[in-house]
Amino acid sequence: MTDKVLDNVESRLGDGVVRDERGGYSGYLVPAARLANVARTARDELGYDYLSSVTGVDYLPEGKLEVVYQLYPTAGGAGLVLKAQLPREAPVVPSLVPLFPGAELQEREVWDLLGIRFEGHPDLRRVLLWEGFAGHPLRKDWTEAYFEEDAKPFKSRWPEGKIHRIEDKVPFRHNVAYPPDFTPDGWVPEGDAALYAGLGQVTGGGNGGDPALNTDEIIVNLGPQHPSTHGVFRVVVRLDGETVVDLKPVMGYLHRNHEKIAERNTFLMNMPFTDRLDYFSSMGNNFGYALAVEKLMGIQPPERAEYLRVMMAELTRIQNHLSAIGFLLNDLGAFFTPVMYAFEERELILDIFEATSGSRMMCNYFRFGGLERDLPDGVLPKIRELVYERLPRKVDELDRYLTENEIVRARCIGVGVLTRERAIALSAAGPVLRASGVPYDVRRAEPYSIYDRFDFDVAVRPHGDVYDRYLIRFDEIRQSLRILDQVLKQLPEGEIQTGKPQYQARVPAGEAYGRVENPKGELGYYVISTGKPTPWRYHVRAPSFINLTTLAEMSRGYKLADVVVSLGSIDIVLGEVDR
Amino acid sequence: MSDELNHPEIDVPEELRRNVAITTLDKIYNWGRRSSVWPMFWGLACCAIEMICTATSRYDLSRFGMEVMRPSPRQADLMIVSGTVTKKLIPQIVRLYNQMGEPKYVIAMGACASGGGPFKEGYNVVSGVDQFVPVDVYVPGCPPTPQALLHGFAKLREKIDTQSVTSVRWYQKAPVEPIPIPLLGPDLINPRDLPALRDRAAQPAAAQS
Repeated sequence: MTDKVLDNVESRLGDGVVRDERGGYSGYLVPAARLANVARTARDELGYDYLSSVTGVDYLPEGKLEVVYQLYPTAGGAGLVLKAQLPREAPVVPSLVPLFPGAELQEREVWDLLGIRFEGHPDLRRVLLWEGFAGHPLRKDWTEAYFEEDAKPFKSRWPEGKIHRIEDKVPFRHNVAYPPDFTPDGWVPEGDAALYAGLGQVTGGGNGGDPALNTDEIIVNLGPQHPSTHGVFRVVVRLDGETVVDLKPVMGYLHRNHEKIAERNTFLMNMPFTDRLDYFSSMGNNFGYALAVEKLMGIQPPERAEYLRVMMAELTRIQNHLSAIGFLLNDLGAFFTPVMYAFEERELILDIFEATSGSRMMCNYFRFGGLERDLPDGVLPKIRELVYERLPRKVDELDRYLTENEIVRARCIGVGVLTRERAIALSAAGPVLRASGVPYDVRRAEPYSIYDRFDFDVAVRPHGDVYDRYLIRFDEIRQSLRILDQVLKQLPEGEIQTGKPQYQARVPAGEAYGRVENPKGELGYYVISTGKPTPWRYHVRAPSFINLTTLAEMSRGYKLADVVVSLGSIDIVLGEVDR
Repeated sequence: MSDELNHPEIDVPEELRRNVAITTLDKIYNWGRRSSVWPMFWGLACCAIEMICTATSRYDLSRFGMEVMRPSPRQADLMIVSGTVTKKLIPQIVRLYNQMGEPKYVIAMGACASGGGPFKEGYNVVSGVDQFVPVDVYVPGCPPTPQALLHGFAKLREKIDTQSVTSVRWYQKAPVEPIPIPLLGPDLINPRDLPALRDRAAQPAAAQS
């Protein structure tokens, strides 16, 4: 974008909006009071209709909190970054939920972890932690019970080697800290009353308003231990008879404090942690993080590394989508047989990952400016065999077994419909967005790495129901095979790392938002460096988490059993939902 | 079958060996239990995917009579804690453990369930499920490969083989006490810590810290 256009944006956004002039930063600073107006202008007049990410940063030395909004046009192209700066005491910012309903869960997360209030948010409760938790953990002055130092490696471990157990240094010998004035006897636990109160009420007569049919209104909890919630996820549903009136996702049961731990890790140390976000597609997670940090460092990986990266990312997509199809069929009641078929192929792809990176699932394969190692001997023929012989045949076979199945069609067609407009408004990403008829794929909309060189179609399906979300995964597997075919034909020889491998990456001060099209949707990393060995802020825009905003929309008006199917069709991974 | 069960010192006549085994009560009891350990169908995190891989055709759990994964704790014998145990989740884990019928076993699968793993320092992470529930077998790895989990199952079978009906906890006179369920307060409250917490609250503020 030229400066002239940028000036134009600035003038269109209106008074008080100034360009962020800090070194290494971009975007616009917006006065908190004008935020809603500016966002409306950006959406309605400038075409930035997709709110990708909402997050907060605690600038403790400057005594400020900042809310960062990443907006993108669904027509494709570069994004717009809006920032609102707030005081650290009692920070309030207007909620963007009325404009972008997709901000709902993200604003709740910012409130939960940073304590920023969003005025006008319909249901501002904690999302990852529980109501009643003391403090907002991502504030820089908040430390946990097991806190040792601000940056790793801790002195207790290296290099002096005076090893101690942190358990011996904390009260109660547990990972717990209580406020000094806490007494267990005067304390009343927070129940689920607020959660249930937030559910929409039954209106009208229920069951089509037929007065002869008297239906009961009940609240049902699915999970956190439930065979079809794909992990430790909980859904609270208000039912009228068997029809869903409203639904609230409850998450945080796997919140492992990835972002807080990452602020203490060095940049490179975070790479294996990204593996554990979406643990089905660790290579894709590595990709996004490597891109974000490379943007800050201003380096490019060599050609061969770029090709290998794309190869690994596409293999990841194939095995992820195969598993997603298998688990969706699980949720439909075809218990485990489709998963067996899917995992048969997945194992073969995992063998390639294990041979290449040393681990089946947690690959930790990408490095800043390259890769950890080259392909070992004998792997390339195996990949060729898979891509050219086995996978096309097996994918067709699975397709033949499942797609025309009467039960699959009866349970999926016309169920859990998400319209095009609502999908964009709710910030759905990846297959969920594209199955609603929006041809938005980061690989095409804002190409990263070398995706602009490959010939592939962005898979789109028009109906937005569960069946389309199921079919689009087959489409994407076939497109990935197309990309892999081109990668294998063009794969050059050469280096796989720019410069020497660095154990301590020197990252200049600044901010970067690196995003990739992960199998589950747009995965973004917002990284802030202050020039120190550890990132100041590290935020993950998790597609599974934000896609869950759409679950209520998909479920209202359908039966309880359809909630399970709709959830299966979103394809969530709890490691990424809760981080 | 009979070879496995037969008492080494008692000779069974040749013609009956295919149909008759003379054995001890403990042996046949343990043999029956270890050959049908039904795991609870419950995944926590990354390790759960490797647990599912273990159940699929390449590794094949049915060889051990374990393929019947039960979503209900009432029908399960084995809880595989397959992932990071968080403070928000531990009340449910303890409740599920209490709901399982005896005999019951727990496998801590992976680094997180065994001791907190890479996320140990996190504010929402419990450093190991054994802080609350008794664990029988620890399986190291992040995540453990299916082979490692199978090895854990083999170890569990060995452990079951050493048990005796005279000493196992579920045949004692006194009932097995349920584990007190942790509470979610300003931080996780272990009911066992309550006396210590009350002591601290009774002290003057200056003495705290």
